[in-house]
Amino acid sequence: MIDEGLKNELAKQGVFVTSVQELYNWGRSNSVWPLSFGLACCAIEMMAASMARFDISRFGSEVFRPSPRQADLMIVAGTVTKKMAPQVVRLYNQMPEPKYVIAMGACAISGGPFKQGYNVLKGIDRFLPVDIHIPGCPPRPEALLHALITLQEKIAGQPLTGPERPRHLNAAVSGEYPVPEFGPHDLQPPRNDGLWKPLPLVRPT
Amino acid sequence: MKSLETLQAELTAALACSLELVPNPAVPAQSSLRIRSDQALALAHFLRDTPDWQFDFCSNVTGIDWPDRTEKIKVKRLVDGVEKEVEETRTVPGFLEVVYHLYSIARQDGPLILRQRTANRDTDTTVTSLTPVWRSCEFQEREVFDLFGVRFDGHPDLRRILMWDGFVDFPMRKDYVEPDDYEYEPTPHDEVLERAQRHYPAGEAAA
Amino acid sequence: MSYPGAPAISFQPRYAPDGTEQDGELLEVSLGPQHPSTHGVFRMDATLDGEKVVRLKPVFGYLHRNHEKIAEGASYLAAMPYTDRLDYFCSLTSNWAYALTVEKLAGLAVPERAEYLRVITAELTRIQNHACVCGFLLQDMGALGTPLMYAFRERERVLDLFESLTGARMMCNYLRFGGCRCDAPAGWLDAVRGVVAEFPRFLDEFEALLSNNEILLARTQGIGAVSAAQAINGGLTGPLLRAAGINYDLRKVDRYGIYDRFEFRIPLGEHGDVFDRYMIRVLEIRESLKILEQALKTIPDGPIIDPKAKLRGFRPKAGEAYGRLESPKGELGFYLISDGGPNPYRYRIRPPSFINLTLLEDMCLGRPLADVVVILGSIDIVMGEVDR
Repeated sequence: MIDEGLKNELAKQGVFVTSVQELYNWGRSNSVWPLSFGLACCAIEMMAASMARFDISRFGSEVFRPSPRQADLMIVAGTVTKKMAPQVVRLYNQMPEPKYVIAMGACAISGGPFKQGYNVLKGIDRFLPVDIHIPGCPPRPEALLHALITLQEKIAGQPLTGPERPRHLNAAVSGEYPVPEFGPHDLQPPRNDGLWKPLPLVRPT
Repeated sequence: MKSLETLQAELTAALACSLELVPNPAVPAQSSLRIRSDQALALAHFLRDTPDWQFDFCSNVTGIDWPDRTEKIKVKRLVDGVEKEVEETRTVPGFLEVVYHLYSIARQDGPLILRQRTANRDTDTTVTSLTPVWRSCEFQEREVFDLFGVRFDGHPDLRRILMWDGFVDFPMRKDYVEPDDYEYEPTPHDEVLERAQRHYPAGEAAA
Repeated sequence: MSYPGAPAISFQPRYAPDGTEQDGELLEVSLGPQHPSTHGVFRMDATLDGEKVVRLKPVFGYLHRNHEKIAEGASYLAAMPYTDRLDYFCSLTSNWAYALTVEKLAGLAVPERAEYLRVITAELTRIQNHACVCGFLLQDMGALGTPLMYAFRERERVLDLFESLTGARMMCNYLRFGGCRCDAPAGWLDAVRGVVAEFPRFLDEFEALLSNNEILLARTQGIGAVSAAQAINGGLTGPLLRAAGINYDLRKVDRYGIYDRFEFRIPLGEHGDVFDRYMIRVLEIRESLKILEQALKTIPDGPIIDPKAKLRGFRPKAGEAYGRLESPKGELGFYLISDGGPNPYRYRIRPPSFINLTLLEDMCLGRPLADVVVILGSIDIVMGEVDR
């Protein structure tokens, strides 16, 4: 690791020094291509974020890809219903590594206002690993931009070696998650137990 | 719009069918006519095609679930040789109902509200489909089939529409029990606590 | 794709009468639920002969969020925020349709100023919705970016107005039974006047760019046409019905609210094709601007909510009511049954975009697959309303 002071001193002299990790993460954190994948109301705010006023392209993410094969980021924008959940997981599985998930809005986080619904999945984290949650119903486009910046910081901070390295550099970890099936009453299984556990109950004293 | 009583009389005279007037006590007083399923198709054709009526636009189709209910009635009985008024409960069997809201675009008139009911809620839930008369009923009747379990006789494509194909319940019925996948708040009280403890298996509920 | 009563379609290679093999098998294509131009999570199972559609079945339910079931378990007022999320482009007209029905059920009156505020917000909703629909339609035709970018630029101006009035850009939750939640803040009406005054400039620009564009004409004229009789029987409402030449606008027919006080015309089409639907939306924006101008001139001062209307403990008498209004998508109806309790016994929405899809297959039959996307774009669906 190069000393920060020395690096700044060298920069004044016109010498630019960086590490492979920084360069690599700088590159990939500034061109996160989202999947153009809208589920419900939040998708409209996602679209608004990509339009002239909020201009997501300032952050290198204006290239919404219709195909999961070309996308890095899945923005789960809206309510995930039980009927849609298998498709969402399948889309995630089809995305190449490295891939990230933003759960946008209350519905994607927990079911939100529709939580009591019989056909509503109570949060996409039951099936997918979520990197960033954005609260709001719907979150404003600025909130999406903030989430994107947070994700970029997360990517920039990932070490390329060691046990903390990202999944795409670690052959032992799979980036595919089991797709739930339609059962007679509910999805089977209703959640991915390896990913998500219900909150522990605390009895008020 | 003529009054519904006139409509009822005219229709009964024209088609020799039996119609039951269902009153609506609410402020708009949009009362409706209950029709018999076996006469529904003829009546619908008549309403659509006769120049005096021309109900060419079926706006809304919906189902209603009326589960079995108990009501208290007072009966006079001989108790110990003395006639007394005794309160008894009796069960009123439930049924499913389908409501159609008809409008006439040609005459700018409406609504005429028709109702069909099934015999009961579980074994005989068939009514006549009006899709052959008004195409706009197609998806809505499928929805009523999907969510309420009303079978439409004569519907061209009666499948589940909103839920998936292997789903077995009818979720809009009042007695539908939803799958227990609700995540409870971490600090529940009273009733919710009981439900939450029933919900989580022993190991998970760190109460 | 088999179901009872399915027409017999052979998926085998077809043979000519003399036994020689013809080219082509029928091909099943599933468009959606994740597809860039299905406007959300809509799915169509199309069967193609070459490029021509021979069967097309819409598949619904990927956004079925159980609005009706949830609303039946909640109080009347608690269902109001859910109506925002019904048609998330036009939350204010959905609010109004619901408020209208409850007012009908309970017999509540609405003060003058609230009626004016309702008309102003509803017409603002209509212009931003129609502008966006035209943008999306053009995007579906391959004009990526520019028209939609222009439309969203205008939409943002309207959303700013909504935000300063109601506190939210999209989910306004603004109406209450018997009035509105809050009065317009100082200077809001002037801001609306500014937006209304500037809107025709956008429309002129938009039309100069598009309405006589040769590609647009080639892609839309004669595509997806429905006849007037078909449209009525299929339950089409809104711009689709009027594009087929039927003069049926609930603002004129039912005269709900105070629409009988304003002068405006109902644009009508002749052919019922995609181009007529596009043109009608553009013309309707101009008519809505006329209504807005008149409403902004004559809006009175006064209370904004009926003092008799109870927000808490609201229990209408037993009975039922069906209320409907002209939302930008078509006839939006609510059917409520009250049993005298605090929550509706039955709560049903008549969603215009759902029923407008009834004739989708008829519009698409015999057309190439590329036209299906354009036809769907011209129907103007919002999945929150289709699946509820």
